[in-house]
Amino acid sequence: MRHGRRRFVAGFLALPLVMYAVLVLSPYAQAFYLALTDWRGVSARAEFVGLDNFARLLDDPQMWAGLRNNGLMLLVIPVVTILLALLLAALLTLGRSGRGVRGAGAYRVVYFFPQLLSVAVIGVLWQFVYTPNNGLLNGVLEAFGIAGRSWLADPALALWAVMAVVVWSSTGFYVVLFCAAMQSIPREILEAAHVDGAGRFTVFRTIVLPLVRENIQVAYIYLGIGALDGFALVQIMTVGPGGPDNATEVLGLGLYRNAFTYGQFGYASALGVVLFFLTLTLAVLVMRTSRRERIEVV
Amino acid sequence: MTIVKERLIRTAPPAPPPPHRRRVPRMGGLVHVLLVAWGAVVTLPLLWAVVSSFKSDAEILTSPWSLPTALRWENWARAWTEASIGRYFLNSVVVVGGALILTMLLGSMVAYVLARYEFRGSRLVYYLFVAGMAFPVFLALVPLFFVVRQLGLLGTHAGLIVVYTSYALPFTVFFLTSFFRGLPQAVAEAAFMDGCSHSGVFFRVMLPMAKPGLISIGIFNFLGLWNQYLLPLTLNPDENSYVLAQGLAVLAVRQGYANDWSGLFAGLTISMLPVLAAYVIFQRQITAGLTAGAVR
Repeated sequence: MRHGRRRFVAGFLALPLVMYAVLVLSPYAQAFYLALTDWRGVSARAEFVGLDNFARLLDDPQMWAGLRNNGLMLLVIPVVTILLALLLAALLTLGRSGRGVRGAGAYRVVYFFPQLLSVAVIGVLWQFVYTPNNGLLNGVLEAFGIAGRSWLADPALALWAVMAVVVWSSTGFYVVLFCAAMQSIPREILEAAHVDGAGRFTVFRTIVLPLVRENIQVAYIYLGIGALDGFALVQIMTVGPGGPDNATEVLGLGLYRNAFTYGQFGYASALGVVLFFLTLTLAVLVMRTSRRERIEVV
Repeated sequence: MTIVKERLIRTAPPAPPPPHRRRVPRMGGLVHVLLVAWGAVVTLPLLWAVVSSFKSDAEILTSPWSLPTALRWENWARAWTEASIGRYFLNSVVVVGGALILTMLLGSMVAYVLARYEFRGSRLVYYLFVAGMAFPVFLALVPLFFVVRQLGLLGTHAGLIVVYTSYALPFTVFFLTSFFRGLPQAVAEAAFMDGCSHSGVFFRVMLPMAKPGLISIGIFNFLGLWNQYLLPLTLNPDENSYVLAQGLAVLAVRQGYANDWSGLFAGLTISMLPVLAAYVIFQRQITAGLTAGAVR
């Protein structure tokens, strides 16, 4: 009955495995080696230079600017996005003792819109929202009597302006995610707590939060990985790119510039290795710190 | 567990009607104010772009937040043809469509074999694919550029399609493997009894059964691929084969010099509306699919 089993398995795996090996696995493996060479792409010659590229990274002010900005994004973006999404999700689902607020579905649909736009659309759109003279933001602010700013040209504001766009574009997805998690909490538990006289905030802190903890953890990893990137928005929105006075320089931008503008492929690969270890560290840290006892609903 | 349990136990005796119920209506007002406020933050920029796409350049510069005096559809026509948004849009459809079909086909083939067949090295293959999720694309970028160039695929749609597919495979395989594992075995057994071949069982029995999972991961992949910017920027340098994301970014710079703001807003609107419209129509399936993808 199962003749040709081996041929079937091999036949199904061959093409995807070859593609994956050539286009994904081999580039990843090559990157680690290239990071140890001075390869500049033009000649086939690539000298092995050991850890020289990494030593050079330590003296590269743009790398430090990128590291500082990615670090700040890592501190700000996940926390703000998750808090905002938790608040909105709680308002949507927990109102009327767990039945959800009226029109919750419509709110969720609207909140989800930015998730559907490609990052290039978002970047171009917000570049114009931030335009000093005829942009939307300054127009709205001036209507309230607040003086407008040149958001993307001011070194003190540029990175915050970019971070606000990341929060704007990612909150909706996590609202939907957290709503789904909160809706799966049995209503009896919430009602019981209400009957007990527990206030909204107590219910949220002692019951809801522990039950959506795993989702928050997933959100933190996704948002953190996104915060270590930021390439597309910065590249599209800010001058240079990299902003005034390296204000919005990110590591990915440095990598791209070193590789495809300066042709320093070995050096750029070293930056890639740094990015890899940062991502890995983040994932391990988040998994570790939040591996607590799991709460089960009886 | 203990927290919840204790609370359940403590609730056993019926309590008197709680006094806090009376607070609910007043809170309700504040709740809606907050919810509407975020809704406005989300939609205002989008609406502004749509409204601006109908204005003249003079109107955009002098009264950027008023309504247009007339619906100038010619802005849209100009963006579609002169600014090549139409071509970029079609390029995106070809590349994303091709990559999506290929990803779904190859991803489900690999996942099915890994989930339903015991063979030597199956665990290794599984972990090879799953490991791909742990690496940032930036790490591969430089070598990938040279691999693609060596294959003669630089700047071609075929090149983008195979690269997109390869980088979408890890999550697709990961997601679908657990999905195929969860499907009942009995139907497949019956099909084998009836003399169905291995691939026959896959295409005629298992794939239809996996439809909910395929829809989830399909939507997830579509949005991910549609969102691509770094890969086309690196691997697709020829302006004629630009995808929408690249075209729009270049256009934003160029139209700034040409002072064709209305054309740019029209281009933006053209790139936003189809996906938003599709979402509003299919939103139930889309959100269900996407959150299923993230919860797993």
